[in-house]
Amino acid sequence: MKILVLVKQVPDTSEVKFNENGVMIREGLQSILNVFDQFAVEEALRIREKYGGEVSVMTLAPEQAKSALQKCLALGADKAYHISDRAFGGSDTLATSYALSLAIKKVGEFDLIMAGNQATDGDTGHIGPQVAQFLGLPHVSYVEKVESIDGDKALVKSLMEDGYRMVEVKLPALFACIPPTTFEYSNPSMSGIIKAKNKPYIWFKADDIDGDKSRFGLNGSPTRVLKMYPPPKRSRGEIFTGDYHEAVKKIIDVLKEKKVIS
Amino acid sequence: MISDYKGILVIGEIYDGKIRPVTFQLITKARELADTLNTSLSTVLIGNNINEMAKEPIYYGADKVYVLDNKMFDPYIAEVYSAVLAKFIDKLKPEIVLIPATHTGREYGPRIAASLQTGMTADCTDLAIKNGRFIQIRPAYGGNIMGEIFTPNHRPQIATVRPNVFKARDPDTSRNGEVIKEEPDFSNVNLRTVIKEIVKTTVTGAKKIDEAKVIVSGGRGVGSKEGFELLRQLADLLGGAVGASRVAVDLGWMPKSAQVGQSGITVSPDLYIACGISGTIQHIVGMKDSKIIVAINKDPNAPIFNIADFGIVGDLHEIISVFIEELKKVLNK
Repeated sequence: MKILVLVKQVPDTSEVKFNENGVMIREGLQSILNVFDQFAVEEALRIREKYGGEVSVMTLAPEQAKSALQKCLALGADKAYHISDRAFGGSDTLATSYALSLAIKKVGEFDLIMAGNQATDGDTGHIGPQVAQFLGLPHVSYVEKVESIDGDKALVKSLMEDGYRMVEVKLPALFACIPPTTFEYSNPSMSGIIKAKNKPYIWFKADDIDGDKSRFGLNGSPTRVLKMYPPPKRSRGEIFTGDYHEAVKKIIDVLKEKKVIS
Repeated sequence: MISDYKGILVIGEIYDGKIRPVTFQLITKARELADTLNTSLSTVLIGNNINEMAKEPIYYGADKVYVLDNKMFDPYIAEVYSAVLAKFIDKLKPEIVLIPATHTGREYGPRIAASLQTGMTADCTDLAIKNGRFIQIRPAYGGNIMGEIFTPNHRPQIATVRPNVFKARDPDTSRNGEVIKEEPDFSNVNLRTVIKEIVKTTVTGAKKIDEAKVIVSGGRGVGSKEGFELLRQLADLLGGAVGASRVAVDLGWMPKSAQVGQSGITVSPDLYIACGISGTIQHIVGMKDSKIIVAINKDPNAPIFNIADFGIVGDLHEIISVFIEELKKVLNK
């Protein structure tokens, strides 16, 4: 079983601080492995344990993202591919997916490609489905568990808003993964961290992958960011500490006025 | 040529034999955009046995409804929907395509954009036309930043849009429009997916939180599975659904399908009542776009109060009981 996991390093948005104008302070934000991706890596390692094989990880990012790949290796992945080149700067999700799909073709065939369902920074959920489309593979999103693999078929549990579906897919395929609520993230062991240093770490430049270079980076990105701004701030409203009846009546009056209840 | 692309297309999803409410919300908003751009609005319905439902999008503002009706479309499978819809969109050539940001829309949608090699913006919370440009507005960085995205040189411009950020208009059954039966083009479908089982974890008859206008949500403070019964009574009175924080789901008090937050469902109802929820950033990301937020918590320092329009500090069981009592008076029940 040859498994590839696509990962991304993201700023830790659970620790965000704001300046006095309500603007997010980006400096000093810690960089972490996207939690959805870490789940995908750990799920891949469980599959390897059960069915044998090899787990590779891949990212398309500036050099500093090395620590995210190194964490994957320390958790137990066998090999890392780091695609990094100025040519990829300003890539939107389409250009990123295209470049990743080319790099995957260059590396070779995989039985299973996994990814986080989304990253906590951009939160688009585009990369998994789009890489699958570019590679001509089937894919399933919102995969909470790879239940079983039997020959060239995998059975996965995919979450829906009102429940879940058990989906059987012929391999090779891509699964975009979302951690179950009870999932507990592992920390790399000391021996894992030491071993990671000797594992294969392969760098790719834009020239190392074959494809249409006009579709890389900003030039290859159909979307443009017009502007960014802090979200409308929700401020602390009226907090009641006294008589429950009085508080509830006041709230119900407003709900009536706003036509939430009639 | 960009100028070859005309009109707006809303992809209408059919779920459990009905057109999903988000479809009508998108059509209502798209009508406004189409009028601003002085262009036409179409909807494509994809499903099995669509029949009479095909007229409904017209009542909400569609000029034309294209119907892709085939047994291959039930149950939904991403590789079928994406391949057939990409073929259809490529033929119709709309300038804008709106897709519901449901689990399904966010699964098949990105494949369409990749296949048409065009730009896509995920999970929009607002849409606008500014200087003739289609502007897609969305949150990023866990809701800490808003971005305005546009697609200058590629068509169609595709966006997935969150349920409940737009209100559907009241249907006008006297509106006229055209229903056009389309022959699905399966030539790009390479079927390798089989749906083995579909399991619903929502309680029968209970409202789904992604479609509810009112959500009464509970966290650790609710205390037990039984404690949620009180929340359900309040939700029923308000015609709403019961939601839960991640902790309440982890403890087995509520099903995963009720979970609001980053690893659950993002909601933006008219009213969100948070009961015994402290308000972690992961939870707040999933509900802070609700129009009115009411927080009930015994801890006056709970972060949830910082984003609440109204808060009551105290015992949630007592407060909810009072809420139910006062509401019954107002609603004459």
